[in-house]
Amino acid sequence: MLAYTIRRILLVIPTLLAVAVLVFFVLRVVPGDIVEIKLAAEGGIISAEEIQKEKERLGLDDPIMVQFYKYMIGLPRGDLGISLWTENNVSEEIMSRIGLSFELAILSTILAVLIAFPLGTISALYRGSILDYVIRIITIGGIAVPSFWFGMLLIMLILATFGNLPPLGTISIFDDPKTNLYQMIWPALSVGYRYSSVVARMLRSSILEVLSEDYIRTARAKGVFERIVIVKHGMRNALLPTVTVIGLEFAFLLGGLVVTESVFNLNGIGKLFVDSVVRNDLNLLQGLVLTVATGFVLVNLIIDLLYAALDPRIRYQK
Amino acid sequence: MSELPLLDVSNLQVEFKLKNGTVRAVDNISFQVNRGEFLSIVGESGCGKSVTALSIMKLLPNRVANIKANYVKFDGQDITNLSENEMRKIRGRRMSMIFQEPMTSLNPVLTIGGQLTEPLITHLEMSEEEANNKAIELLNMVGIPEPEKRLTQYPHQFSGGMRQRVMIAIGLACEPDLIIADEPTTALDVTIQAQILELLKDICNRLGVAIIMITHNLGVVAAYADKVNVMYAARMVEKGGAPDIFGKPSHPYTIGLLRSVPRMDKKRGSRLATIEGLPPNLMAPPSGCRFKPRCPMAADTCDTSPELKERVKGKNHFTACFYSDDANKKGASIYVSDRDKFKPIKVKKDKPVLSVRGLKQHFGVSFRSGWLSSVSGTVKAVDDISFDVYPGETVGLVGESGCGKTSVGRAILHLNLPTGGELKFNEKELNQKSVALVRQDMQVIFQDPFSSLNPRMTIGQILEEPLKVHKIETDEVARSERVSELLTKVGLYPYMKDRYPHELSGGQRQRVGIARALCMEPKIIICDEPVSALDVSVQAQIINLLEDLQRELGIAYLFIAHDLAVVKHISHKVIVMYLGKVMEIGDSDTIYGEPRHPYTKALLDAAPIPDPKKERGREKIILKGELPSPLNPPKGCVFSSRCNFVTEDCRKASPELVDFDNNHLAACINIEGGK
Repeated sequence: MLAYTIRRILLVIPTLLAVAVLVFFVLRVVPGDIVEIKLAAEGGIISAEEIQKEKERLGLDDPIMVQFYKYMIGLPRGDLGISLWTENNVSEEIMSRIGLSFELAILSTILAVLIAFPLGTISALYRGSILDYVIRIITIGGIAVPSFWFGMLLIMLILATFGNLPPLGTISIFDDPKTNLYQMIWPALSVGYRYSSVVARMLRSSILEVLSEDYIRTARAKGVFERIVIVKHGMRNALLPTVTVIGLEFAFLLGGLVVTESVFNLNGIGKLFVDSVVRNDLNLLQGLVLTVATGFVLVNLIIDLLYAALDPRIRYQK
Repeated sequence: MSELPLLDVSNLQVEFKLKNGTVRAVDNISFQVNRGEFLSIVGESGCGKSVTALSIMKLLPNRVANIKANYVKFDGQDITNLSENEMRKIRGRRMSMIFQEPMTSLNPVLTIGGQLTEPLITHLEMSEEEANNKAIELLNMVGIPEPEKRLTQYPHQFSGGMRQRVMIAIGLACEPDLIIADEPTTALDVTIQAQILELLKDICNRLGVAIIMITHNLGVVAAYADKVNVMYAARMVEKGGAPDIFGKPSHPYTIGLLRSVPRMDKKRGSRLATIEGLPPNLMAPPSGCRFKPRCPMAADTCDTSPELKERVKGKNHFTACFYSDDANKKGASIYVSDRDKFKPIKVKKDKPVLSVRGLKQHFGVSFRSGWLSSVSGTVKAVDDISFDVYPGETVGLVGESGCGKTSVGRAILHLNLPTGGELKFNEKELNQKSVALVRQDMQVIFQDPFSSLNPRMTIGQILEEPLKVHKIETDEVARSERVSELLTKVGLYPYMKDRYPHELSGGQRQRVGIARALCMEPKIIICDEPVSALDVSVQAQIINLLEDLQRELGIAYLFIAHDLAVVKHISHKVIVMYLGKVMEIGDSDTIYGEPRHPYTKALLDAAPIPDPKKERGREKIILKGELPSPLNPPKGCVFSSRCNFVTEDCRKASPELVDFDNNHLAACINIEGGK
């Protein structure tokens, strides 16, 4: 297990390196020029000289390999350069937003797991019963209904029950956990409904699949208590595909949720993403993509390690 | 010992509720098992033998299965109405079960120790330490070396045979009175099958455990069973002592079943008896006797269902047939009338159609072994093999799984590019380029009739495709006619052209596979386990069809199979392979009559003959151990690690094939040992 873990962690480094290189060059293929967009926004007639001057100032006229060199040199220090639009430090810009997206992702994962595990398990064990049908209707709803629309319903519900909305402007969980949770629980719910539906359905089908396996029949033939058959023999196997779904959904949330963020007026990664794309802010964009990709890689690492913990076949694999 | 039977089943009936109706999978079955007795339930797939076993254990899901019985008495206690918890206390404690698939019957994420101690802790309330000690004892008993270490390992670290040993250990853990084994060795090689069955029989004899063995393998039944139940289409058609069932079969189905199995102990040349047609669909079974539509003796009386009746009072031999006395007297002759018409095919040995010289197929493999380090090696799947196939000849290729027999076929067809050696087809050299030119003349039939036909194409489209691709028949009408002709030739009907593969049975699909191979009018067909997925009666039909086609069209076959009896029946010449090398090669009758090589001998000994007298009378060498890793084969003779006659010299060099007499070659340096 230890050897596997170390090998798996070491594998992260080349993966991230490849991502960094790929992101840099792919973004440079995209047409459009930030300087033109920026200056055009100021109005008036812009001379080619002015554009050239601005480019020089931002380092955009350097040969591409020089730009690449600067970018790669910065990476190990966590220096992602400056935003070409706001001229703020990209790392700082991202760090100020990622916390929120991260918290949202964690909160909705907790909610989703808390909801999905009982629902999925009950649904599988009482397959074909009315309870199963009710759960399946609820979960198919979660997948069909867009999160932001469900979020708007939630807002109306809060208004109807409490008469007011959570305060605007996010308060850090470290400053005032109560207010922060009161603010965050609603977007987390709105995302978590869909999330839990996906997980519950996955769990249901994998439990059903596992329960029809030969080794479950073997366990029953041994005269083991049905409870143990399901928990010890069934669940652990059924968790494998479910863990994958949870991890992928989590990583997806790290990438920000443009519409949900705007419904709840949150300043997350999603909005930053949209801005950087619209403005052609290459530095910010590559910083964002790199951050999200790192998130994906790390989540996948955790999934793989969990997998190995759950399934000995992977641990001992070549 | 009590006088009551251990298990007494009276009028057991199992129905499955399905979406489109009810299927009665077991219909009024009664039987008894005494303490320490060995009962076999035989029948073809779908006859209800496994369902019978599962319903006794009450392991069928309540949701779909409806079990009714007069009574099922286990040790005097009627268990039909026991609650789930009371039944749970019996399962694993007083009766346990061993399943068919050792690869999937153990939980992959739990240790062997955990799974083995589970019944001990649940039923006998042992502490973990006591249970562990007992588990070590059990693993020792079933012949697993280093039990302490093995307990902490997981199922994937065990081979199939080893896993089945573990399953036996689990089954016997609480010293039950009855063990039900559902096709326990069907997924295993013959040599491993012999090991497992001997082990099971031996332990159960010692502990006085009764066995119900469910199997389709009549050889296994002949070797071990005291009593036999024969089932057909959910009903019991015959039951009695093993000598009676094999010696005086009285139901036409039993007779047909026994006659349709190829026999290793008979000379080649006789045609197999076949039971025409297919077992009935249980959704709509025929009225009266279920076997009537296929029975050569059927008469009007058979429209009412025959009762299971004792033939001679007190003999305990029951048959459900109105004409059982007649059937008993006539025996096999009720099936074969045109036997003499089918003379064995003579082969003219002038020009071989396929000539293989020094064929090699090596695969490079590499995998990580630990900390970032990797191991790479070569698997010599086929290592220096030479043989000829003449027109109209069948060459059988046998060996255990992993011996490289399939790789030989694939290399000849250039599905994998051979690593070395020379292949000649009709005296023209075969290489990557020239193989395309002779593809038409070399066809293949695959093992699995279910997955080797495209499910989205109709039978007609499947058969027309090669005609189109090779531009043999460009006219659409003529092509369609050709397809009809082919279907008729393989015993199907032209109207089946518009059917999809899933609408056909396994045997019919294999006929389509044969038709597909035939449509190119090939000179040679490579048959890779063509009948191993089929039931005995259907298998006989397909074998006969292959032989008839050979007689008519003069096709040569390279027949790859693991079933020794089938290979013996169909082949003129037999090649025995072990770990990529030829052990012995020669005439079918010679190889089976006077095997020279110790491996051939052991292989033949391991395969049971469906005749209790012969089977129990013969002396057997049971091969120890399992196939070594092909990555790291034994030095010298590859068979040396399992050979009973091994000497120091065997490990020095790989023995050459030596010609003994008349093209009978064997690769062994102490051939006296083999004889």
